[in-house]
Amino acid sequence: MPNRKINWYKYAAPANFYPLAGKLIPWFGIPAALLFVAGLYIGFFVAPTDFQQGDAYRIIFIHVPAAWMGMFLYILMALYAGVGWAFNARLASMMATALSITGAMFTFLSLATGSLWGKPTWGTWWVWDARMTSTLILLFLYIGFISLQAAIDDPRRADRAGAVLALVGLINVPIIYFSVQWWNTLHQGATIRLLNKPTMAPPMLAAMLIMLAACWLYSIAIVLMRLRCIILEREHEAGRTLTLGAKTAQFSRMESI
Amino acid sequence: MFRWIIRRDLILAWRRRADVLSTLFFFVIVVSLFPLSISPDPRLLKSIAPGVVWVAALLASMLSLGRLFSNDYVDGTLEQILLTPQPLYLIVLGKVLAQWLVAEVPLVLMAPILGVQFGLSQNTLVVLTISLLLGTPVLSLIGSIGAALTLGLRGSGVLVALLVLPLYIPVLIFGALAVDASIAGSNPQAHLSLLGAVLALSLVFAPWATCAALRISVE
Repeated sequence: MPNRKINWYKYAAPANFYPLAGKLIPWFGIPAALLFVAGLYIGFFVAPTDFQQGDAYRIIFIHVPAAWMGMFLYILMALYAGVGWAFNARLASMMATALSITGAMFTFLSLATGSLWGKPTWGTWWVWDARMTSTLILLFLYIGFISLQAAIDDPRRADRAGAVLALVGLINVPIIYFSVQWWNTLHQGATIRLLNKPTMAPPMLAAMLIMLAACWLYSIAIVLMRLRCIILEREHEAGRTLTLGAKTAQFSRMESI
Repeated sequence: MFRWIIRRDLILAWRRRADVLSTLFFFVIVVSLFPLSISPDPRLLKSIAPGVVWVAALLASMLSLGRLFSNDYVDGTLEQILLTPQPLYLIVLGKVLAQWLVAEVPLVLMAPILGVQFGLSQNTLVVLTISLLLGTPVLSLIGSIGAALTLGLRGSGVLVALLVLPLYIPVLIFGALAVDASIAGSNPQAHLSLLGAVLALSLVFAPWATCAALRISVE
């Protein structure tokens, strides 16, 4: 479509983005579900049993994508919040709010699966390993962001305050990471690293990459869904319900399916 | 303007001396709770002393954050300050410096006395004081961001803790490591240098973020 121009700025308005998001959700949600099934199938039935860790290692198919998504979504959230603050773009700020919950969920999931994996493999639920500690701190940063936004009633102030906090956190993340790593190496000798195997069997790698793609698509779909809810809530508060009236009905129909 | 703000905040603090003292006694009480709850064994106490003193300093500095902007916000002074043509950066820096002098310097002065209770050697006490001198300004600077963001919110006291404590972690780690190194007999200079680097970085960036947060909160 070289000649068809799309006016992208049109979709910066929440009311215009709302129906677009609704159309996009199945395009991300359905492949996510299919890839989850495929990834879990390969992960559980095709990938060989690890000779050191037995079947317990299979938790990495959830754990590794969750940990990556947790970190990546924080950066994305901070960038969206920053864009929303700098350019006064409401939609970007709403996006940051929508991302924060999913990011916190993935971070928590990576910690939970990590400790479930640690019990049979290391013999302990929790090790003050540099990576685990910094993930825990990342979860604290998410919780700070979410609770700050929840405490502020005025949505615009909540957006901007969240943006300042997210960006300060973003600057702090490398400092925290290095300080934790340094603290750890000085306190307890060498740490056990995840995935220290030099090579992975191809089905294992395939399952992990498929699960990663599935987590990506899932995040996009769920964030768009949450974004639609936030748009509805805020436009409602702002008294702009009229223009969205028809779409509200469409939304409730989608929910019922 | 810079000096005026500092003088004003110091005078205000002097008129409410009880607030300053209560922060100091909070610090002393928290530190004293640890030997009571863990054990009076001198060797154990010596090994936990750096962490205990630093964690108590973190918590005590959280207490005084609420007062940094809230009184000015309530009586409208803050709005006037934001309207002045003077650079807000310097005003914020002045307020943070005054807060540090009032709330944190007494902690730094008290820390060696508490260190003696934990059986730290003279050399270690010096390192502890230096690490607190370098670290507590960072606590004030980062804390001012949290205080500005939560201005006038309900339950802001707990919220400040949630926002600010994760950001304090590098200071806590470097500060406690410096004292640890000194107890172990090795050179704490690397940790102190890193603490200084964190101080320099936050001196530049934190007041800027606080200015932005203040403008957002007051509008």
